[in-house]
Amino acid sequence: MTDTVQHAIDDPDHPQPYAELGLKPDEYARIREILGRRPTSSELAMYSVMWSEHCSYKSSKVHLRQFGEKKPETAALMVGIGENAGVVDIGDGWAVTFKVESHNHPSYVEPYQGAATGVGGIVRDIMSMGARPIAVMDPLRFGPLDAPDTKRVLPGVIAGVGGYGNCLGLPNIGGEVVFDETYLGNPLVNALCIGAMRHEDLHLASASGVGNLVVLYGARTGGDGIGGVSVLASETFDADGPAKRPSVQVGDPFMEKLLIEATLEVLHSGLVEGIQDLGGAGISCATSELASNGEGGMHVWLDRVLLRDASLSPEEILMSESQERMCAIVRPENLDAFMSLCRRWDVEAVVIGEVTDSGRLTVDWHGERIVDVPPRTVAHEGPVYERPYHRPSWQDALQAATPDTLPRPSTPDALRATLLDLVGAPNLASKSWVTSQYDRYVLGNTVLAQPEDSGMVRVDEVTGRGVAVSTDCNGRFAKLDPYAGAQLALAESYRNVAATGAEPLAVTNCLNFGSPEDPEVMWQFAEAARGLADGCLELGIPVTGGNVSFYNQTGDVAILPTPVVGVLGVIDNVERRTPMAWGSDGGVLYLLGDTRDEFGGSEWAHHVHRHLGGLPPRVDLPRERALGEVLISGSRSGLLAAAHDVSDGGVGQALVEMALRADSGARISIPVGVDPFVLLFSESAGRAVVVVAQGDEARLAEICTEHGLPMARIGDAMPQERTLQFDGLFAVSIDELRTVHEATLPAVLDA
Amino acid sequence: MRVGVVTFPGTLDDRDAARAVRLAGGEPVALWHGDDDLRGVDAVVLPGGFSYGDYLRCGAISRFAPVMTSLVPAAQGGLPVLGICNGFQILCESHLLPGALTRNGSLHFVCRDQRLRIENTGTAWTRDFVSGQEIVIPLKNGEGCFVADDATLDEIEREGRVIARYLDVNPNGSRRDIAGISNARGNVVGLMPHPEHAVDPLTGPTADGLPFFTSVLTALVDAS
Repeated sequence: MTDTVQHAIDDPDHPQPYAELGLKPDEYARIREILGRRPTSSELAMYSVMWSEHCSYKSSKVHLRQFGEKKPETAALMVGIGENAGVVDIGDGWAVTFKVESHNHPSYVEPYQGAATGVGGIVRDIMSMGARPIAVMDPLRFGPLDAPDTKRVLPGVIAGVGGYGNCLGLPNIGGEVVFDETYLGNPLVNALCIGAMRHEDLHLASASGVGNLVVLYGARTGGDGIGGVSVLASETFDADGPAKRPSVQVGDPFMEKLLIEATLEVLHSGLVEGIQDLGGAGISCATSELASNGEGGMHVWLDRVLLRDASLSPEEILMSESQERMCAIVRPENLDAFMSLCRRWDVEAVVIGEVTDSGRLTVDWHGERIVDVPPRTVAHEGPVYERPYHRPSWQDALQAATPDTLPRPSTPDALRATLLDLVGAPNLASKSWVTSQYDRYVLGNTVLAQPEDSGMVRVDEVTGRGVAVSTDCNGRFAKLDPYAGAQLALAESYRNVAATGAEPLAVTNCLNFGSPEDPEVMWQFAEAARGLADGCLELGIPVTGGNVSFYNQTGDVAILPTPVVGVLGVIDNVERRTPMAWGSDGGVLYLLGDTRDEFGGSEWAHHVHRHLGGLPPRVDLPRERALGEVLISGSRSGLLAAAHDVSDGGVGQALVEMALRADSGARISIPVGVDPFVLLFSESAGRAVVVVAQGDEARLAEICTEHGLPMARIGDAMPQERTLQFDGLFAVSIDELRTVHEATLPAVLDA
Repeated sequence: MRVGVVTFPGTLDDRDAARAVRLAGGEPVALWHGDDDLRGVDAVVLPGGFSYGDYLRCGAISRFAPVMTSLVPAAQGGLPVLGICNGFQILCESHLLPGALTRNGSLHFVCRDQRLRIENTGTAWTRDFVSGQEIVIPLKNGEGCFVADDATLDEIEREGRVIARYLDVNPNGSRRDIAGISNARGNVVGLMPHPEHAVDPLTGPTADGLPFFTSVLTALVDAS
């Protein structure tokens, strides 16, 4: 029997399974207080899913406010935090939107579908701003490469990202693949999408205009993902828990492709007043958000929803997370045209409701009222927690356990062996096993893709205006010092964008952490959020949106705190991009920035010694900004023939990557008085290797002096040679480097 | 010269194909799968993608689209048609070309810059190449393994209908390293790699793909 509003009034003490739905007793009491009665089962379903951690950000909200409070002044920001995705003005009437989201827990349960629907979800977010999706990127983290479960999870995730993204026709232009044992039971599958639009095409998720119609279109609603958001995203995996496979959503990229084309046509034909994607919490989320952002009222006839499974109950329909669905607000006079465009793309659409001025979200099921709530209380006024947090008891000991006493290679042979060991280390080895499964060419606008420092796509084919995006995070740095670690992630991403010649404009983030109910994890989160907000203010680029993923832990063991930071930059003309490697003209190699003896959290300490302790590299954001200015102006003036960020693995790794990309050698002279080990493997921030023509050395010196940026000549590119030679130390052939660099992933994953 | 570019539901590379036609000097004309009107075009490109989600079998549903009911007889009558990747699959399913494309030997989707040798410069789509010319263009497919029985393979080899062959590596397990074939008349060509992604070194590995699109314009001029 359907639990109607009338029943709820008539039978006020009917026991309800709020705890099983993830609601705390005080949260349930608050729902009763808001409604002045017990909720119906449908209302309980809506509140429980919308008040889950995943949808309400109840543990993180108080910390995320800083991104708005400390927002730097910038003229570029068109839409800030709070909408489906932030929007940035990139000039010439173009706007770009981008956002990164997590799909971690579903990807552990069912790697292929979890990853695939992660891509699908972020693409719909971008579409719902009115933008055409133009590229995707995927920052991924797994357990150790040689762990048996990695062989289950990684290939499935990669196939899912590729299977879905390739079929949508979106180039995959970069991302990350990182291995660490803390991710073994909690892989991180983050998905980023970039979209572009003309300024006038910007749309927001609001239901305005009383009498306008609410149209649900796309795939039919089925039983998949019911409770997925609240169950999967809000609980730690428990060995004894029930099987959760049925909670994972299943994607249909072909339907999503049709949905993209149909959506862009109805938007550009002026047939839509407001639009919202259906993701976590499905119809509950879309209707309550649209209503509370608009006139404040909406009525829904839930029995009109097209179903894949006719036996679904109204509660299940409200909570279903079936993929590839969108919700549009359409004027009655535009409905025929809207429906006809949907038919053209073979997309089913149905009117499920209308905008009202009642101030209430009401839902009927076969003529009976099953929901009658103030929509803001569902969508925006959920619980907010001031979770307790404190510096972990072990933090001081961790920072005291510095890497300074670890044995270091000192002979030329030992240095050579260390370089090769790192070049083939899972975190530094070639990721082409992964990226070759992604289409990077589709749409014909990809200018840079992996392994370049950033992905870059052309937005305007006439002017050549384009954007570059990079995502980065070293979770080991964040473990040693979450505040500095978040800033280092920001700095690296900023540097990667600047290295291509693009000017950084905006930031998105995906904050992946353990349980917020653990005060020590909560401290890591609070520190990382504070560090990121302070860093963005210092660098002058605002956070435009992002996502928080909590409960990434197995038992008591949380993942490395992993605040993944994505930076987006604009370049006037992609023809002038700076590549990462020298060309056939060669050039002189300079190292910009200061190299210090900094090995805390480094790949050398991790890979060679399995050591994590000490402090991460020093953060110097004014220096990052100066370096960025040199890289950008050097690109604009044509001074830089190549530039490559120095980060994981240090200068040694950076030079190897450049040589492999160039497929030719170089001759490196380590300056007198410098410890070769420190120069080659330290991971000091604020550095890049650049290449200039021989006649341009004075110009480089001038611009570096102007910005107070130290520079050191470290060698010459040798385009005709096939050896990377370190004068007085050792030499390695390009072929040997390539063999070692490219063998690691296939050796395990193809075995 | 007007070159039609067909969009099926799930077609992805239609914009790229239209751009390639334009860069070659032709006029791209959008053709819709649900419309059997070829709009008087002088040639047609069936671009890559996942038409109908590749459900059932790649190209198996598209073969029955209204546009194909006009295109098949036109192709049999000599209209130049180039099928790229999914377009190649559709041409095979339509029996305009022999053989079939099956799952890659590696079982993975593969995207790489692929070296090819052009082996027949007599077709409508390859005449601007030099025989034996080696080119590098992107390859990206999950089901690009060309198969046919030995008799068919011997026949198309004998007739010089292998228009391009993979060099260095066979990326998908295709028999006899075959990357592309033509029909006997040379007006219908199927190619697994993507020349439309190699028309500008800014966005592709090379501009080696452009001659496919200039070839058809030359062929049309010569024919008129």
